[in-house]
Amino acid sequence: MNIFEELGYYLQFDFVKNALIVGVLISLCCAILGVTLVLKRYAMIGDGLSHVAFGAMTFAIVLTIADMYLMLPITILVAILLVRMTNKGKVKNDTAIAMLSVGALAIGYLVINLFSSSANVASDVCTTLFGSTSILTLGTFDVWLCIVLTVIVLTFFIVFHNKIFSVTFDEDFSNATGTKTAIYNNIMAVIIGVIIVLAMKLVGSLLISALIVFPAISAFRLFKSYKKVIIFAGIVGVFNSVIGILVSMLWGTPIGATIVVFDIFVYLICWCLEIILRGSKKTK
Amino acid sequence: MKIIECKKLNIGYPDKLICKDINFSVDQGDYLCVIGENGSGKSTLIKTLLGLIKPLGGKVLFDNNFNKTHVGYLPQQTDAQRDFPATVKEIVMSGFIGRMGFRPFYNRAEKDKVQTILKTLGISDYQNRSFKELSGGQQQRVLLARALCATDELLVLDEPTNALDARAIKNFYELIAKLNKENNLTIIMVSHNIEKVIDKATHVLYLKNTVEFFGTKDEFLQSDYARYFKLEGGQE
Repeated sequence: MNIFEELGYYLQFDFVKNALIVGVLISLCCAILGVTLVLKRYAMIGDGLSHVAFGAMTFAIVLTIADMYLMLPITILVAILLVRMTNKGKVKNDTAIAMLSVGALAIGYLVINLFSSSANVASDVCTTLFGSTSILTLGTFDVWLCIVLTVIVLTFFIVFHNKIFSVTFDEDFSNATGTKTAIYNNIMAVIIGVIIVLAMKLVGSLLISALIVFPAISAFRLFKSYKKVIIFAGIVGVFNSVIGILVSMLWGTPIGATIVVFDIFVYLICWCLEIILRGSKKTK
Repeated sequence: MKIIECKKLNIGYPDKLICKDINFSVDQGDYLCVIGENGSGKSTLIKTLLGLIKPLGGKVLFDNNFNKTHVGYLPQQTDAQRDFPATVKEIVMSGFIGRMGFRPFYNRAEKDKVQTILKTLGISDYQNRSFKELSGGQQQRVLLARALCATDELLVLDEPTNALDARAIKNFYELIAKLNKENNLTIIMVSHNIEKVIDKATHVLYLKNTVEFFGTKDEFLQSDYARYFKLEGGQE
């Protein structure tokens, strides 16, 4: 079988299609959101929140309830608190995130070790941290949830992109001239929480920051306008996820890590392109 | 007509009072220059006037028809902005956001007005260029253009010439004076470059943990403070 025949064979299966759909949607959301987060110096917020989501999930496992019901509300709540606290300057945002991140991870691991009925705790934890298989076990409900949430997130970004730009570029100015920045910050926090929980399925909680950060910084290398940066970041994010998922199926590599490796690779290409473009501008 | 009046205003942060018992008012068309040493509360006063921080005591009163959507603000530049990927036009247009309420997109009138403002400030040639590639002086004009989109009544500037060279500083102050005179734009400007601003201003507010002096420019020039700042007394 050559590669294309093999791909064709895999694509007959519903779980492969589901993985691709969800992968595309999540990486698109992460990439678009990532531009704002990186510019606001919130790049590590994804990491911190994903560990919170991990902590919440361990409780869900122990209590044997569906993980989404616990993960979504807790992660969203923490996201709102985090954005608020750092905005008011009560806590330095890198300190706050570091505290949450390790704290939640430790508690989560402790809980699952002490109370889990599963025989293979180490492998359970590894799966949630690195997301190795969960994307291939998505049910129809997960896929639809993902589609609905993506549509909501994208609509918000398209309709309010001018406002988001203004608040991101200069919050004080926006606030001083009559924009209700608190509303946008809270909506952003909710979106961050939702996307983190979804993205855990794709790459696991340790690698989420990669989905958020790499498309954005790749785009920063090549584009100078906010609109173009967002569009390019979205394209890069989706492209890397699709390639990453397909490659991981063909060669049996872990999905999350494969996607992230492609993210790094594309970033390096963008970096080289930038140097070449800058060089050619100077010689003109 | 008074547009802003401060009564017994105490400013600072919850755990630190910076400046107390501030009384002054600003009329339409005034050009108020706020001076003082570092840490005397100039920027804190500006942030309090703009509602970015809450007063610790006393009141900031606005004219009845006046609210935040009539204010233009030129803040001190932050590091985050220096490498922000955005075109000049994207940044200038964002000045309208506060006035738009929940309307998501810019309308025709706003797009036209931007062109007029860009022309007035002499920056329409590089409206599609990247903000971070501009010089300090050009960047400051872009942020001024944004502030002008937000207002045609009150412009608040916080140490606007920090990052500029001598020539750019002179041009910038002339531009502000012109806006004040020709467009009847009320100006509140924080500056530590008093000798460069004073001849354009109409009023002076000197802060030193309380109001050390508030009055017209002429009163200021005839006071002992003028000698302290080594300014030439009397009128021009």
